[in-house]
Amino acid sequence: MRRRAGAGVVMRRRAGAGLVMRRRAGAGLVGRPLPAAGRYALRMVSLVAALGVWQALTSLDIDLWLRFSQFPTVTDVAHAFADRLAGPDYWTDLTDSLTRILSGFLLAAVLGVATGVLVARSRLAEDLIGPVLEVVRPIPAIALVPVAILLFPSNEQGIVFITFTAAYFPVLVSTRHAVRALTPVWEEAVLTMGGGRWRILGSVVLPGALPGIFGGLSVGIGVSWICVISAEMISGQYGVGYRTWQDYTVVDYPGVFVGMVTIGVLGWLTSTAVELLGRRLTRWLPRTSYDAGGRARNVRAASSAREPKSAASAPKTEEARDEHLV
Amino acid sequence: MSTSSDITEAAARAPRVTDAPPAHGTRLTLRAATLGRPDAPAVTGVDLDVAPGEILTVVGPSGCGKSTLLRTLAGLLAPLDGEADQDGRPLTGPSADRALVFQEDALLPWRTLRANVELPLAIQGLARADRRRQASDWLARVGVGDRSGQLPHRVSGGQRQRAQLARALAGRPRAVLMDEPFGALDAQTRAGMQDLLVEVLHGTGATVVFVTHDVDEALFLGDRVALLGNGRLTAVRDVPRPRDRTARDDPARLALRRDVLSSLGS
Repeated sequence: MRRRAGAGVVMRRRAGAGLVMRRRAGAGLVGRPLPAAGRYALRMVSLVAALGVWQALTSLDIDLWLRFSQFPTVTDVAHAFADRLAGPDYWTDLTDSLTRILSGFLLAAVLGVATGVLVARSRLAEDLIGPVLEVVRPIPAIALVPVAILLFPSNEQGIVFITFTAAYFPVLVSTRHAVRALTPVWEEAVLTMGGGRWRILGSVVLPGALPGIFGGLSVGIGVSWICVISAEMISGQYGVGYRTWQDYTVVDYPGVFVGMVTIGVLGWLTSTAVELLGRRLTRWLPRTSYDAGGRARNVRAASSAREPKSAASAPKTEEARDEHLV
Repeated sequence: MSTSSDITEAAARAPRVTDAPPAHGTRLTLRAATLGRPDAPAVTGVDLDVAPGEILTVVGPSGCGKSTLLRTLAGLLAPLDGEADQDGRPLTGPSADRALVFQEDALLPWRTLRANVELPLAIQGLARADRRRQASDWLARVGVGDRSGQLPHRVSGGQRQRAQLARALAGRPRAVLMDEPFGALDAQTRAGMQDLLVEVLHGTGATVVFVTHDVDEALFLGDRVALLGNGRLTAVRDVPRPRDRTARDDPARLALRRDVLSSLGS
């Protein structure tokens, strides 16, 4: 519990520092959006500031109500990290976890989209498998550990199964919604061109549902990480989650933090990859519909200057889409 | 093209597909038909015969079942009662024979204008190079050749409707069914589109059923005007020719217009 609370404070401090920086930078630039390089610098500052606060609290052994005296310092963690990077286990853990999450997630993406489309397009499929899906859906994937142990001959397959289940339902539900929300005239147009069922699937349903599908994939990759780490903690051999839990049981707190940082970075990288792929594949989306969100963030800046040019606001709208999808 | 000298005379004479002689129009017939959805029949007792190559406009107030009529002819809706025939054979479902042009944006938003026009050609199995060329030809013909690489939302509403027209005609349908295609356009653009439509249709030989709530548009475009109201097809009138936008004060035309307006009860 104590460890959790400590991490929470660090997170909050980081957010606070970020806000202060952003406001100051915005005021200085009077209404003009920050150039890309400036924004990256700002993001780095946010991370560095968080580490600084962490280091200060722990190296000064601050013991207010929250107790940082037992908390590993940034330098402790950095040393532990360097040691781990030099050893062989770290990379085995990393590739094991990545293999598990990628297998589970890709399987969930394919099957989630397939069942989502099926359930949305066929009344028979909806009646046949809809009820089962609805009953299984609320069960947290991690609660399926006993099922996985009973069903699968090896732990490895069980972990992939749990990761799969975690991502499957967000993908399924988003796909189902996206397919049902498709504009009917698209399908009617293809029908009156002589297009059949498969043509409609390939030319209307899948491309049209893609923005929604990627919403589900973004959620899915996040939930997959939670579940793969938890599953590894319970029943894994090797893997970042397994290692983190091992370190905790032998009271190696710097090691625990190495695990946490690793999970954070891997999660961030994979969800960014999903995000970028999604943005690439749905480039056709009209940008204007996202402008409202993009502009709201700069309301104060914009009011003191003229309307930002649409070309200049391009990076901003991308940012807004981020939030929309997540 | 340069190798045309060493292929047979017949092949050399074979024109490019877009220059092909007009496909024959098709005859569309409704007999004692009740149209609509089972829970809400929109039009009853429709008898209508659209001759091959004819332009029939259907005019009536909103919600009178014009779209239902068109969707039935397209094969998207089966008649609840009576018969719907094409050239004497009952309609069994949608087909590339009868293209539908919608009022709303029915272009696929993730495809460029050209890729949209290529779609019916791809469905017909044309080779990539052929469909590219034909799609570009069609877009040029409707006046948006320079926008062919744009996504639909990057061009104006009028340009989108031009592209939709190109897409409908590219598949060489024998009938073109148009559901208020210019309804969302401003008056200026609309007049231009009407002229364009007449120009582009000329020589395709396609039968056209054009639905509108604008009486003047119906009188300008139609060879005949069908009046729809109160869930019935109330009358079908011949329209004097030649087509002339400036001849609105022609007495015969004015009389027809008055007659149509009073039949519609407006």
